[in-house]
Amino acid sequence: MKQSAREEEWAAWLRLAMKGETQAYSRFLVAVTPYLRAMARRRCEQYGAPASEAEDVVQEVLLAIHLKRGTWDPARPLGPWLTTIVRNKLVDSLRRRGRHGNVPLEDVADFLEAEDETHEAADRLDAKTMLDRLKDPQRDIVRSISLEGASVRETAERLKMTEVAVRVSLHRALKSLAALYRSE
Amino acid sequence: MKTDDLITLMTQDASVDLRYGRALALALGTGTVFSAVLLIVTIGLRHDMASVFETARVLFKISVTLVLAVLATRLAMRIGRPGAEARFPALLLGVPFAMVAVAVIIELTTLPVDAWRTSLVGRNALFCLFFVPVLSLAPLAGLFWALKKGAPENPTAAGAAAGLAASAIAAAIYAWHCPDDSPLFLATWYTIAIAGVTVAGALLGRRLLRW
Repeated sequence: MKQSAREEEWAAWLRLAMKGETQAYSRFLVAVTPYLRAMARRRCEQYGAPASEAEDVVQEVLLAIHLKRGTWDPARPLGPWLTTIVRNKLVDSLRRRGRHGNVPLEDVADFLEAEDETHEAADRLDAKTMLDRLKDPQRDIVRSISLEGASVRETAERLKMTEVAVRVSLHRALKSLAALYRSE
Repeated sequence: MKTDDLITLMTQDASVDLRYGRALALALGTGTVFSAVLLIVTIGLRHDMASVFETARVLFKISVTLVLAVLATRLAMRIGRPGAEARFPALLLGVPFAMVAVAVIIELTTLPVDAWRTSLVGRNALFCLFFVPVLSLAPLAGLFWALKKGAPENPTAAGAAAGLAASAIAAAIYAWHCPDDSPLFLATWYTIAIAGVTVAGALLGRRLLRW
């Protein structure tokens, strides 16, 4: 797929997602992740970081896209927004891991043009510790939705909370995860 | 956590309650109205506002602070948006500064030398140094609240832009009270007050606007 066609497709999904369409959002995230992963692995290799860290970088960048998606103006093209946010987070993440994160913007822009590559997600060894550092009820909600695949409504019923409270808590949990990465 | 699990999690949090642009508009509107009301209920507008409005110096004071407020606000709004052009809005800030420089030169050439000192010191320099920072508090708080939702590439620069925008708004509000109309006064005391808030904004931004 060409860059512009791909960009438009992603933009359409993200536009719907911001209105609350979870399926479109899922499509967007699943489509973007392999490119982020390929880029993160290339960077880690280039700066001599262990490949296991690449997946952490991917998750950090995904969290940044998620938490800052409100800054994308849906009337504008997605490409410049996405490449800038990815580059900034990538630089930030690599720098924190003790590598020089000098990533040129043009280089990041490549991922909109890159060939489809399949990369298996590496399993994170410290998955548990990350979860354990969340507070209640965030931890239970994260466990319920991500590991057990429950919906917001099922989670709300199980934890005897309102759906709104679960949503608010979930959003806070994602913010906390980003903060945990930042303080790592 | 596996990346797929993280994606599942984020998917359930798909909708955006408050977009960044709307948050900014809300924050700026509230902050500006708050400060304007604060001025009116505390020190008030100057009594001879209607009659002095036509004099060139008052008109200049009001318009140059307004121009700075609009341009600095535009920059602060851009700086939190990834991929938005911020260099040109930053360069445009030179316009109000050039306006003040020209006004100062005109003032110096038309005023007799022994009147320079009184024009510079004015009547209410301390008032200006106190009220411009105080009136910038509400817009600054609003801008920081909105910028926290933004994604500025450089938190220090974003904080400085927020400080500049907030104090420029404050100056544009204070100008409706300020009895000192000389560009010499404006170039000295307003500039000191605005610079102070801008530096404070930069220091705060460095700590608060990381993401």
